[in-house]
Amino acid sequence: MFAVFRDLIRYNVEFAIGLVLVGIMVIFASLSFFSPVDPSMIYMAIPDQPPSAQYWFGTNSRGQELFWQLSAAFKNSLIFGITVAVLSRIISITVGLAAGYLGGWVDRVLMFINDIFVAVPIFPILVLFYFVLRNNMDSFTMALILACFGWPFDARLIRSVALGLKHREFTRHAVFAGMSTRKVLLEEHLPYVMPIVFSTFMNNMLWSIGMEVTLAVLGFTNINNPTIGTVLYWANSHSAMVVGVWWWIVIPVILIVMTFLGLFLLAVSMNEYIDPRSRLRRMGA
Amino acid sequence: MQGYFYFVAKRALLMLAVIFFGVSAMFLVTYLSPIDPVEQVLGRLSARSNLSPEAIASTREALTAMFGTGQPMLTQYFNFWTRLLQGDLGASLMAFPTPAMELVMRGMPWTLGLLLTSTVITFIIGNLMGGLAGYFQNNRFFKAFGIVTMGLQPIPYYIVAFIILIIFGFLWPVLPISGGFGMDVRPGWTMPFILSVLQHSLLPALSLVLVGLGGWFIGMRALVSNIVTEDYVTYAELAGVKRDTIVGAYVMRNALVPQVTALAMVIGGVFSGTIITEQVFNYPGMGSLLVDAVNAGDYSTVLAVCTVSITAVAFAIFIVDLLHPLLDPRVRAE
Repeated sequence: MFAVFRDLIRYNVEFAIGLVLVGIMVIFASLSFFSPVDPSMIYMAIPDQPPSAQYWFGTNSRGQELFWQLSAAFKNSLIFGITVAVLSRIISITVGLAAGYLGGWVDRVLMFINDIFVAVPIFPILVLFYFVLRNNMDSFTMALILACFGWPFDARLIRSVALGLKHREFTRHAVFAGMSTRKVLLEEHLPYVMPIVFSTFMNNMLWSIGMEVTLAVLGFTNINNPTIGTVLYWANSHSAMVVGVWWWIVIPVILIVMTFLGLFLLAVSMNEYIDPRSRLRRMGA
Repeated sequence: MQGYFYFVAKRALLMLAVIFFGVSAMFLVTYLSPIDPVEQVLGRLSARSNLSPEAIASTREALTAMFGTGQPMLTQYFNFWTRLLQGDLGASLMAFPTPAMELVMRGMPWTLGLLLTSTVITFIIGNLMGGLAGYFQNNRFFKAFGIVTMGLQPIPYYIVAFIILIIFGFLWPVLPISGGFGMDVRPGWTMPFILSVLQHSLLPALSLVLVGLGGWFIGMRALVSNIVTEDYVTYAELAGVKRDTIVGAYVMRNALVPQVTALAMVIGGVFSGTIITEQVFNYPGMGSLLVDAVNAGDYSTVLAVCTVSITAVAFAIFIVDLLHPLLDPRVRAE
């Protein structure tokens, strides 16, 4: 495991950059656990102060210190992304492995459902959910909804790997040795799809955090809960750019871009690592 | 030929299933929600004006009849479909008494135009550059292009649109950042109007293209760099086939097949991106309509936008799927 990481860092610049970016953001987000101020309180500091030694990221028009505000926002958003990714991974692993291994009509039915989920445009559905739930829509409900829509692409990927595993010797041995289907899938096949699960984990986080940002910026979530999107929502509603409080917009946008690039680079490099041909090319063999 | 019909029938079935599932899910969401649309609309109405209790009671009755709530679930579900098939989703509340469907149809050409042009541009540029980058793997220009587009790709539509808005709105105001056409031109098939529409669509389209390029680029580069190692490409090179022919007709042509399948898979996501982008640039399409309708508590219009988007996306996917056999002879022969 450590050897894999060492190789990745040594031979893969993208992985190293991604790791650094994500590392910085995770440390920044976890600082929120030691935050001296409650991020949901307003008018705790002098409003509209530019970045300075006292206020590292400045303060916003609502009298909040942006440093602690953003730290809490990134903590909430990352936790949100991880929740969605874990939940949707569970669905996609189950569907992908079952469809690939069982085959036949199970496969056909599951892939038909899969195709339906791929085709439904998620954004209008999410807005509809907000429209009918209004303030009952907390971030966990939203995570559940997104998880229900975030699995189909990855289930298909996992299925394609599982299809190949089905006819391998070891599967046949396991079946003849009397392993139950569930055991074959969990103990024999699951380890083979784990690299895909990890790389799609990052992609799924990107997607779900992006959706959250979009909904929150439009004001379609609980806007009093600090997340990446709600910080931008409040900046927009106070016309931060027009008033000249540029740091309220620019700093969050830079941090968002850093987070997304970091996660994306991790996903891409892990994806490449799965493919042995490109790995060898990179190591110069 | 029979194989083709079988293929089309299967895809058509999938399209109908998507529409059926999507619309049913929509119905369930609205049905199971703890909030009664009638009370919600009433709350909004009575908050703004001074209504007598009798007026409120009769409005409640009228609204209950209009939404058809209070009936058993299956009846409601059946009625919902009947009205949907007639294209009647009730009157919009924010532009009473215009039918909600008419509002959606007004916004639809804008959204579809933006979606169609940006998707076509993105698909062509992304695949062309990706294919060339996969073939000429040491070319500096393609490498740089790849880094830029890949860097933009993971960033959410909203943020990219927002950055473009800041750049062209505050730092370098040369292009219009809001609306679908200039205030001073009359809509119609005249030269100034068309020019104005094109000018206004540049920034929203640019943001969609920038986000979309990376995905195609990465996919195509990976496909092509695998294909160039195949024996038939080496053979063609050794046999002295012109390089343009190899790249265009042998390598990219084959790599295009999975990319067209991928196109069908991303349309739903691009559609979501389009309506998000519209909102940033205040573009008069379905996205802006959806947001306005949610803010105004306009039940019928929200439902209409959602229904039409599900149907439109399902239909678009169907059309792209029909293209697939034309590119891949194996599907035709099956």
